[in-house]
Amino acid sequence: MTNELITASAADLAARLAAREISSAELTQACLDRTAAVDGVVHSYLHVDAEGALAAARAIDERRAAGESLPTLAGVPIAVKDVMTTKGLPTTCGSKILEGWIPPYDSTVVTRLKAAGMPILGKTNLDEFAMGSSTEHSAYGPSRNPWDLDRIPGGSGGGSSSVIASFQAPLATGTDTGGSIRQPAAVTGTVGTKPTYGGVSRYGLVALASSLDQAGPCARTVLDTALLHEVMAGHDPMDSTSIDAPVPAVVEAARRADVSGMKIGIIRELTGDGFQAGVQQRFDEAVQHLVDAGAEVVEVSCPSFTYALAAYYLILPSEASSNLAKFDAMRYGMRVAPQGIDDPSAEQVMAATRDAGFGDEVKRRIILGTYALSSGYYDAYYGSAQKVRRLIADDFTRSFEAADVLVSPTAPTTAFAFGDKIDDPMAMYLNDIATIPANLAGVPGMSLPSGLAPEDGLPVGFQILAPAMQDQRLYAVGAALEARLLSAWGAPLLHSAPDLTAAGKGA
Amino acid sequence: MSQATAEATLPFEEALAAYDPVLGLEVHVELGTNTKMFCGCATAFGAEPNSQVCPVCLGLPGALPVVNEKGVESAIRIGLALNCEIASWCRFARKNYFYPDMPKNFQTSQYDEPIAFNGHLDVELADGSTYRVEIERAHMEEDTGKSLHVGGSTGRIHGATHSLVDYNRAGIPLIEIVTKPMTGAGERAPEIAKAYVATLRDLLKALAVSDVKMEQGSMRCDVNLSLMPKDSTTFGIRSETKNVNSLRSVERAVRYEIGRHAAILSSGGKVTQETRHWHEDTGITTAGREKSDAEDYRYFPEPDLVPVAPSTEMVEALRATLPEPPAARRKRLQSAWGYSDLEMRDVVNAGLVDLIDETVTAGATPAGARKWWSGEIARRANDAGSDVPTYAASLAVTPAHVVELESLVTGGRLNDAMARQVWDGVLAGEGTPTAVADARGLELVQDTGALQAAVDKVIAANPDVAQKVRDGKVQAAGALIGQVMKEMKGQADAAAARQLILDTLVG
Repeated sequence: MTNELITASAADLAARLAAREISSAELTQACLDRTAAVDGVVHSYLHVDAEGALAAARAIDERRAAGESLPTLAGVPIAVKDVMTTKGLPTTCGSKILEGWIPPYDSTVVTRLKAAGMPILGKTNLDEFAMGSSTEHSAYGPSRNPWDLDRIPGGSGGGSSSVIASFQAPLATGTDTGGSIRQPAAVTGTVGTKPTYGGVSRYGLVALASSLDQAGPCARTVLDTALLHEVMAGHDPMDSTSIDAPVPAVVEAARRADVSGMKIGIIRELTGDGFQAGVQQRFDEAVQHLVDAGAEVVEVSCPSFTYALAAYYLILPSEASSNLAKFDAMRYGMRVAPQGIDDPSAEQVMAATRDAGFGDEVKRRIILGTYALSSGYYDAYYGSAQKVRRLIADDFTRSFEAADVLVSPTAPTTAFAFGDKIDDPMAMYLNDIATIPANLAGVPGMSLPSGLAPEDGLPVGFQILAPAMQDQRLYAVGAALEARLLSAWGAPLLHSAPDLTAAGKGA
Repeated sequence: MSQATAEATLPFEEALAAYDPVLGLEVHVELGTNTKMFCGCATAFGAEPNSQVCPVCLGLPGALPVVNEKGVESAIRIGLALNCEIASWCRFARKNYFYPDMPKNFQTSQYDEPIAFNGHLDVELADGSTYRVEIERAHMEEDTGKSLHVGGSTGRIHGATHSLVDYNRAGIPLIEIVTKPMTGAGERAPEIAKAYVATLRDLLKALAVSDVKMEQGSMRCDVNLSLMPKDSTTFGIRSETKNVNSLRSVERAVRYEIGRHAAILSSGGKVTQETRHWHEDTGITTAGREKSDAEDYRYFPEPDLVPVAPSTEMVEALRATLPEPPAARRKRLQSAWGYSDLEMRDVVNAGLVDLIDETVTAGATPAGARKWWSGEIARRANDAGSDVPTYAASLAVTPAHVVELESLVTGGRLNDAMARQVWDGVLAGEGTPTAVADARGLELVQDTGALQAAVDKVIAANPDVAQKVRDGKVQAAGALIGQVMKEMKGQADAAAARQLILDTLVG
């Protein structure tokens, strides 16, 4: 029974909760039991709130028993990426500098989860301040890929991807600045969406790069992702960049799963060279499935994508260097006294704290950004990067005239092993080559599994990109592909992942 | 550790014989909006420290700013009143630097895209001439918190054992108004500086956008000054004297800096580009932070805010709300009231324009209003170190009191001397003029019997004078009138007494 509850889809669980076949308390307990059994080896969580989650679950059960009409996902538990503020629960962003900080307020996303009646299981691991593609930059140690514990679960949202891939939670939230939802989904065989920029409120999301950050849903199926997307999205007056328009009909699109007559554009620059053979193979097969489902395939060219990575690594560090300035030991978080100074000034305390509290990758990007914004360099770096950004947006606009959605592999490779790229930042950055353009242009993107690479037996991600505010197209295409793949595979891909409880016992 | 030693200065006339001053003024105005610039916190002055704060103005991780529309409207109205162009599209920018009282370690300000630019303000000088001050720009920004340095003797950071920070002020909307360099002012530079700040203060008051209280810091002035040799057109190196916070100080600071710069230049030295602290008590400036061009705020467009794009309709609607410019209003009122230039200047300098306007509107004569507000009460206000409007408000003396007092005179109940006694009573808090007159038994004697008796008595006692009057020397009656008034203890109408004397003696 327990095993079946933790592997069921959120949509299925929601239906059974609504029919009162199961209670939220028993479902939440099942998730917590699973965490107790496997998180010792997977390390998805930085903080588990068993008491809070169960209290919220019981409250929902009582309201349901009282006959109250509840939102669709009421009672379905969720894990929250530890970059979103949670009132009364620690929020560390994977950094030592925020160790012990308890936010006095909820992020808008968390407020919406609570309003939807979703118990919050805990806070998931991430690369420090969401800077990374592997969770190896978390100050609290990496999360592990349930498919192979020696491999990365993706990043920055490796805690959220592994928490659902290891069946500790049916749903999780993510944030995606350059691929932090989609790449972890790809390497763990799960689904994740980065909505249109402005589609989900950023209020309470600890900013990495304000103009690129976007929160979104993580789940095991396309429909579950859509259900969570609908809960998270919508206009928020607390976020000036939030779009004041109705949320695209993502759930409806996921249920219809109809691609007949749609034009699917293959991005020439994001296939072939540089992509692992098995990744390319599964991509080609997925495209064929879409053709079989009635879609038409065209090829598009996005020449400016070549410069996307360079532009991204100027814009992101620039904004991050300013966003992270607030961590100064004056009002919250860590405070370190400088060594060998009797009566330190505020500035000396700030410097000592930032030195001790930030990890190497964070320091690297702060230094890069500080340099790029400096007088005399601004035009050459930040200014040029903004121009490239404009050109990339133009590439998208032109391509979307020829195609309804664009597709590519989500990441060039399957999950790499721990340590493979940690000392080579450029190699690490290149892992995001296919996901970054969507953030620069603000358009929505999804990753869903397209199978296992034959050479290593690890999951491969298929990326779909749509025009801004056309998020529903991701779900139409994603659901259609998922249905075809599921019937080809005979069972969900994750069912072929290793048994973690055996590994847990061994550890 | 106060080391406010005065530097060498050249006498003012000597300095101006050799150099031309170039003056620039930067004025910061706190807007009187009910809420802060980027959050909903209250802005009341003098509240309990850190009682008007929230995640946004404390710079807590995850919080985001939202622009206060009222703040933008005020900025546009100020820009229009200063004859500026209004940007149809502009952005906020981040000014990055670390300081404990700045919650985010960047100030949200405007950089190269101010909301208002290219304006002017005409300033009237004491000799009746007008100087046009060109306005470079007026831009929106947020105030910082306030540091209180504890344990030292001076309240400055040197010698303090610790500092306290009050963030109530953090995020209060500010408008910074920057002049273009003012040249050709010569020896009038100090007067022009003072007159500009005074004119600006009146204008902002008339706009009702700020309470413009220099002593409370809601209007703060920085004085930029440089000298160039008389035959040169190349600007010298400037000093920036911060927080010159009274009209008198503005004038003194300009005068002092002219003398200081001249002393340095005439001895072959080089002025240091730096900020200077103004010392109100000693009337000197001392060196602050050295400000080289290397100081780098790493400005970049604020990605958390959308651009401000006021429509033409909005700007025109705001233009329609502008009050009559103070200078034009003064001209109109002077002509309506029939005051001489000298009378009007006295009234303006005493800050009585509004009070007299209200009093005349309430029914008093312009002459009466001027007489009562600039007499005894002005003397007392001056003794109390206050101005008449503030002093009158503290005594609860109103324009209605003046109207009532005047009507008691014109109605024949009081003569002028009695009216003065009544006004003293009103200022002493004894009640309305009627109540004071009643309580003090002040009333002209209207009973002709008593007056006739007094006249007869005086004539009998002064047969020589009486004979002169009978002989046609009417002016001799004056001596008799004085005695009659004395006989009546002042409570007679002198005109009535005169008539009665003439009637009795001449028939």
